Amino acid sequence: MEFDLKTQTVRDVNQALHDLPKDQETEVVVNNISGDHNLAVGMDQPAKITLNGHAGYYCAGMNKEAEIVVNGNVGQGVAENMMSGKVHIKGNASQSAAATAHGGLLVVDGDAAARCGISMKGVNIVVKGSVGHMSAFMGQAGCLVVCGDAGDALGDSLYEAHLYVKGKVESLGADCVQKEMRAEHIEELSALLKQAGCDDNPEDFTRYGSGRNLYNFKVDNTSAY
Amino acid sequence: MCGIVGLYLKNSVLESQLGELFEPMLIAMTGRGPDSAGFAIYGDEVGDDMIKLTLQHEDEHYPWHSLAEILEEEFNTAVSVMHNANAAVLKLSAEEMPVRAAITDFDDSIRIMSVGHSIEILKEVGLPQQIAERFTLSGMKGSHIIGHTRMATESGVTMEGSHPFTTGMDLCLVHNGSLSNHNRLREELKKEGIQFETENDSEVAAGYLTWRLREGASVKEALEGAIEDLDGFFTFTVGTKDGFAVVRDPIACKPAVMAETDDYVAMASEYHALSTLPGIENAKLWEPDPGKVYFWGKG
Repeated sequence: MEFDLKTQTVRDVNQALHDLPKDQETEVVVNNISGDHNLAVGMDQPAKITLNGHAGYYCAGMNKEAEIVVNGNVGQGVAENMMSGKVHIKGNASQSAAATAHGGLLVVDGDAAARCGISMKGVNIVVKGSVGHMSAFMGQAGCLVVCGDAGDALGDSLYEAHLYVKGKVESLGADCVQKEMRAEHIEELSALLKQAGCDDNPEDFTRYGSGRNLYNFKVDNTSAY
Repeated sequence: MCGIVGLYLKNSVLESQLGELFEPMLIAMTGRGPDSAGFAIYGDEVGDDMIKLTLQHEDEHYPWHSLAEILEEEFNTAVSVMHNANAAVLKLSAEEMPVRAAITDFDDSIRIMSVGHSIEILKEVGLPQQIAERFTLSGMKGSHIIGHTRMATESGVTMEGSHPFTTGMDLCLVHNGSLSNHNRLREELKKEGIQFETENDSEVAAGYLTWRLREGASVKEALEGAIEDLDGFFTFTVGTKDGFAVVRDPIACKPAVMAETDDYVAMASEYHALSTLPGIENAKLWEPDPGKVYFWGKG
C-alpha cells in the first residue's frame, strides 16, 4: 500500500492506516512528507509503515503494535505515549521524544533534543547520538540508552527508569545518581543495543538511576524541589 | 504559538528571487499565526550619507508626495518615494532624528516602521497570504529577510502589536513565545528613554535590545543580555544589515529549526516552512541549541 502526501492529506492517510486489518501485517509506504504533523498516530495494528521525508510533530504518537520507520528527521513528541511496537527514526528527533510512553522501542539514529523520554513509563529508548537537557525528567519505568552525550539535568526527579549513557553527562538532575553496572544491567543494555542495531560495547556505558530521596515529600529536601 | 521564518542568501545570484523563495515560508506558518504577519527585507541599500525609511499609514491613498515635498524643503535634498499598498519607502540624504521629528510634525498618524540603509519593514493585520499579496512579497529582491506570523496572546490584534519590531538603524526583532517580566522591564526601559506604543511583551524585548545596542553592545552581547534579563519563553530572530541572529531561551520550549546549503541559511519555527526551498532535501538541518546565540551574515 502506498500513499503520496503531495496529492493526499494526512487525514486520508491516517484514516486508511486506522482501517487496516488487525489480524494481519500490512506494509505501507508514505512518500513526499514535508514536515506534516500527526503522521501515523494512534496505530492499533501490526502494520509496517515507512515514512519517507521529514515528519512534523507527534509522529507515530500513541503507537500500538505497528513498526514505523521514518527516513528523515521528526519534530516534537515523536512516539509520545507509545504503548508497544517500534519506531525507528533515521535522522534526528526534536524535543520530548517518547514523552510519557508506556512501552515499545524508540530508536533514534541521530540526536534527540531536550526532554527526551520525559515522564517515560515503560518505553525503551535508544539514541545513537546525543540527547538534550532535562532528558528522562520524572522517568518512571523503562530504559533510556544514549550512545553520545546527555545535556543538563539528566534524570531530574527520576523514579525507576534506567539510564545508560556512553558519553559525557553535562549535569545530573535532582536525585539522579550514578549507579553500579551489575551483570543484569549489562544484560539489559546488551539486549537493547542489539535490538537497536548498535555495536557499542555495553561495558563502555555508565548507569544512572534514582537516588530515591525525592519519592515522598520531606521537609529537609525543600531546597531540592 | 506564532511562527518565525528567516532566509539569508549566501549565493547573491538568488537575490532576485528572495521574495519568491520566502513567500511560501511565511504562508506555511499560517497555522501558527493567523492574526497578523509581517517581514523585514534587506536590500536596495542606500549610500552611507543617506537614509531609507519605511512609513505606513491607515489610508491606502495617503499623499506621500506632500510629505516628500516638505522634507525636500526642510532638508534641502532630493527625496525619492516608492509606494507599496499603504506603505511608502523614502530615501533622502539627512540624519535620522531630525527626519523622524519632521515626519511626526507633519502628521503624527504616520507610522515609522523602520529606518536604516537597507531595511524595509512591512506588516499588517490579516492572514499571511493576504499580507504577502498586499505588499507583493513574491516580487521583492534582497539579500536576506525575516518574517513573523502572529497568534496574539499577550495583547490585542493590531498592526502595532504585529512583528517585526524595529530596534534601531537596520535592526529588527521577531519573537515566538511570551515574556513574564515585561511590565516591570517596560517601566525600567522607559526611565532609560525608550518609548513604547503598546502593552505588547515582544515590544519590550525589542525595546530592551534597542537600549542595549544604543549603550554600545554588539548584537551578540545584547542577545546574551536578553537571555539573562528576559524572563519567559522565547525564540528570537534579529535582523541586521549584514544578516540575522537566532537565540532560544535556555528552557527552549519554543521551537526552531535551521537549514543550510551552499546557497542559503534558513530558519523556521517548523520544518514545514523550509520544505519548499530549493535543495532542502540535501540541506544540513539542525535545531539551534538553547541559550546560545547564532549569527549568519557577511563578515
